[in-house]
Order: sequence, then structure tokens, then C-alpha cells
Amino acid sequence: MAEVSLKQVKKSFGAAAVIHGIDLAIADGEFLVLVGPSGCGKSTLLRMVAGLEEATEGEISISGKVVTRLEPKDRDIAMVFQNYALYPHMSVYDNMAYGLRIRGLNKEEIDQRVKKAAESLQLAHLLDRKPRQLSGGQRQRVAMGRAIVRQPAVFLFDEPLSNLDAKLRVQMRIEIKRLQRSLGVTSIYVTHDQVEAMTLADRLVVMNAGKAEQIGTPMELYNHPATLFVAGFIGSPSMNFFPANAAGGTLELPGGQRWTLSRQVAAQGDVTMGIRPEHLTLAGANSPAGHAILPLYVELIEPLGAETLVHGRLEGGKAELTARVDGEAAPVKAGSTMRFAVDPRHLHLFDRTSGARLQ
Amino acid sequence: MVERRPLSNLLAHAILWFGIAIVIFPVYFTIIASTHTPQDIFNGTMGFLPGGVPSDNYVAALFAGAKQVKTTPATVMMLNSLVMALMIAVGKIAISIISAYAVVYFQFPGRMFAFWTIFVTLMLPVEVRIYPTYKVVADLGLLDSYLGLSVPLIASATATLLFRQFFMTIPDELVEASKMDGAGPMRFFWDTVLPLSRTNIAALFVILFIYGWNQYLWPLLITTDSGMDTIIVGIRRQIVTSDANTDWHIVMATAVLAMLPPVAVVVFMQRLFVKGLVETEK
Repeated sequence: MAEVSLKQVKKSFGAAAVIHGIDLAIADGEFLVLVGPSGCGKSTLLRMVAGLEEATEGEISISGKVVTRLEPKDRDIAMVFQNYALYPHMSVYDNMAYGLRIRGLNKEEIDQRVKKAAESLQLAHLLDRKPRQLSGGQRQRVAMGRAIVRQPAVFLFDEPLSNLDAKLRVQMRIEIKRLQRSLGVTSIYVTHDQVEAMTLADRLVVMNAGKAEQIGTPMELYNHPATLFVAGFIGSPSMNFFPANAAGGTLELPGGQRWTLSRQVAAQGDVTMGIRPEHLTLAGANSPAGHAILPLYVELIEPLGAETLVHGRLEGGKAELTARVDGEAAPVKAGSTMRFAVDPRHLHLFDRTSGARLQ
Repeated sequence: MVERRPLSNLLAHAILWFGIAIVIFPVYFTIIASTHTPQDIFNGTMGFLPGGVPSDNYVAALFAGAKQVKTTPATVMMLNSLVMALMIAVGKIAISIISAYAVVYFQFPGRMFAFWTIFVTLMLPVEVRIYPTYKVVADLGLLDSYLGLSVPLIASATATLLFRQFFMTIPDELVEASKMDGAGPMRFFWDTVLPLSRTNIAALFVILFIYGWNQYLWPLLITTDSGMDTIIVGIRRQIVTSDANTDWHIVMATAVLAMLPPVAVVVFMQRLFVKGLVETEK
């Protein structure tokens, strides 16, 4: 099996730099997800690993072998594309067997590998069909099968689920994860969907404007986002931010409210404060002491069944806020003012100008 | 939108039938005339109904040609036309699919220049460049040969453009998937591009075969040996303008024969054609 390592990999198209130097070490069998908004360079980075784009600078190695200037076919990788990229004129069987035939494997070996992959992907009864006779989910599985039969050192996925409907996406997400676990093949997966990223990844790379903002496990990124961008990107609905003023151990909100922080914050002056919607709870008589209280003027509520999203404004301030409360909790009415409690441990503070996390 | 009004329906049909009649009549007349004896045609007693001697006229046209002026039998001329039309159609497709492939999939210096040069030749039909082309073909010693008949007509900007447009609709991911599978440019061409172009090739073949079959000016210019006459040129040679009677019954029979292969190609290829349109493969 294989490790993948990237050293100061850079890419520019003409004068425009798209990737500003990425360092990454992916362990054998690890599932790494590259996530970020469109245009952040995540696909470009994946395509450089695949050999479909040439790295302008830096070094990429797979299983200890430098592959930066090698053709895709010599890198021992397989890729699943967003639109599947199946050969429309070939049957499912031929689509999977094509790469093996080019490699010159013998017929029995090819047949055995294709049949085995088809079996594990529930495609065995579809082998004679053409791609156009398949549903989106089935095509997706054929694309996966084509990658599996190659028995590559690394799987590359380029937004493989974004052409599927929501229900199928969740189902395929689980299948991909299960498959990757059972094969134990190092995988790099690109997506713009943070839920997909969180659920699939062993480790996540959040990318923004050609830089890796933070690399870590999903929970590390969720609990300790290194930058304002990561904090806003990971988690749904996204984190609430408001300006605040830190002085000593206290934090002054725009409304004039003062909070005493339980931990020492070195920061002074203007900061950005972040609270996740799920960390806001309806304040009752029995709210633990030490919780900060936020009065919220409720403008809109979105009941989702198990939970309810409450959108409103901080009283006395203009800052907008979203809270996620238990669907069974006390009824929330639009147009009223409600008090929400926050455990100060769940406060995130960021530098106002650089966006970096303040410890 | 679609209204059912009997009067406008009637009018529309009348106009359609009138148009069809104008197109059909000469064809009908040719077919009828080809079944009459020469006497009927010259006496003016030929009506609009089939005459009694169809097979005689066709046998004469196929194997003997016109009598008044010695002309080549239609079998020979049709063979010449067939060879020329096939060479042009196949040659044009082969050359243009390869040049389109080069222009779309390869980065090389002067790529756009090459493309625009091909494009510009669209503005130069055979007739415009006919004298220089004649000179070149004559100097190469290709007069009165199949090569001379077909090669100068093979380069085709239209077909190149058509293939280029089609290749640009093939998703980039398919190229990349091929690279992943280890297919080089030649394999990608044979295994993916060519099978996907099948229906385009069929459509172009129909158009180009008819184009080749109907060539008149070029074959007229470069063939002097009547054994190399194509059928379109041959019909013209059978028509006498002075001092003798034209064997109209033979001319008409030959004209009908000349129509058959293009019709056959259209009828036969249409099935592939429609199949290609219904099954979108992308």
C-alpha cells in the first residue's frame, strides 16, 4: 500500500497562482478529504496528484517514489470523476476491463477481477448494459468499479457524488466509506460539501484561495478551528460571528453586555467572537451558573422536526444569530424575545484582522 | 397553437402538393421517357404513361451506350463514378477526422494557424482553384486516372470543422479517464473517438458520397479518355447538339441509372443516421 506526500506543491496558470504551496503527508490507508468553496484549488490539487495537471513547483511522491513528472498511468492511481466519465459506447464490463486490457493482463485475470468488483458493487446483473441504460447511482458504482479493478495504490475522487440526488448521495457516501475501509486503500477525496467531508474523512484539509487553512481530524476542526474561515465553513448551520472587544478577562459585546471569561485570553482590543448554533440553549431557571446569557429577538423559525432553527438578532445590537434548539423544547415564537445561554467553553475567539484563532 | 381549420389546411396542402409536383415532374418525365421507343419520343406521341420497352432501353444504356455518338456504356461510367465517389467520401472522412483530432486534442506550435488555414479554404470551392489544380494534376501525370479524379477533391474544410465541433462536445473527463486507463493518443482515437463518431461518419458519408457522385466540372476537365467518363459527364456527352439525333431514350435511361446509387446510399444509410440521432451517446 502507499503513502502520498506533497512538498511545497504550487500551481500557477500563467501569471495567476492557484495553489500557493501545499505540504501534506497522507498515511497508508488514510482517507483524506480536501474540502473548500469552489475555486479554492482543491480539484487542481487532486489533479496534480493524478498527473492531469503538472505541478508548477514542488514534489509529489506516492509510495516513496517521486511522481511529479510522471504520466497518470505510471503513478499507480485510479480516479473517479464527477460526471463518471464512463465510455458511452462500451458495456459496463468493458468499461471496467478496458484499463486492464491496455495493461496487458490475461483474459482470466481480467474476468476474475471484473466479476469480483461487480459482485461487491451489486453490478453483476448489469455487466452487459451500456452506461446510458443505467441510473445515476449505478453509473457511479461502475466508475468505482473501474477504479477498484485496477488495484491501485491510491484512489482519487473528484466530487463523485455531486451529480446524485440527496438521498442517493447519503447512501453512496456510506458505500464509499465502507468500501474504502474494507480495501484499505489510501484515498484522496475532493468535495465542496462539508457534511460529506466530515463524515468520510479520517483527516480533512480545509482549503481556501489556494492555501490549506487547516489540516486535522473532523472533530479537531470542529472543536478548534484555526481560522475564521474554517470556523465558518465547518458545521451546519454555520457558526455565528459578532464583533466584540476583549479587555483583560472580560469581553464586551456590541450591545454593551459584558462577559467575564473563565479562561485567560491574551487578546486585547477588537476580536471576532464565534458561537455555534448548536451551543446556544434556551435559558431556563436552571441554567448553570457561569453561562453567559444572550437575549435574542426572534425573527424567523425553521422547524426541522428533531430540531428547530431560530433566526434572530441580538437585542441592542445588529448582529444576526442562528440557534439550533431541540424540536421538543419550549415553543419559540417569531416576534418575541428569548434568552439563550452559552457555555463560555464553547466560545471561539478570532483575531479581527488576521482571522487567526486566539487561544 | 395548432388550429384545426379546414380551409387553411386545404390551402397548405395545395401549396405543398404544387411544390412537390414541380420537383417530381421532371423526374417522372425522365422515368416515363426511358420506357419509350425513340420513335415515340421523336414523333411526339409519347404520353405521360409508361411505354412498352423499358428493358430494351436500359439494356442498351447499360451495355452499349448511345448509338448516334459513340459513348461509353453506363456500366463502365457507373463504375468510374462509384470509384470516384467512394474515394472522395472515404478520403475526405479519413483526412478530416485525423486533422480535426490533431486540432482539438494536441497542443503544437501553429495549431490555430493550421485551423484557420483549413477554415479559409472553405471560401475556395473547386471552381475557383480549378486551373492551378488542373496544372498540378497534369504535371503529376494524373490525368485520366482515378487518383486525378478524386485526390484534389479530398481535402475538406467542412468535414474537418464538423468533426472538430463534435470532438469538442466529448467531455474532457473522457480523455482524462483514458489517460488514467493508460491509453495513449492512438488508442484513445481508435477505442473511444472513432466509435463515438460512428453516426457522424455515417451522416458525412451520405453527404460526401453524393457530392462525389455529382461532380461534373472537374471530371469533365481532367478526363479525355471516354473510358474514364463518369456517369454525370457521360450523360452530357450523349446529348448531341448538331447534325445528329440524340438517343433520348438512352439518355433518359442513363439519367435514371445515375440517380439510383445516391438514392440507394440515402435509403440504406438513413437507418444508421436515424439510429444515431435517437441514441445520444454521450
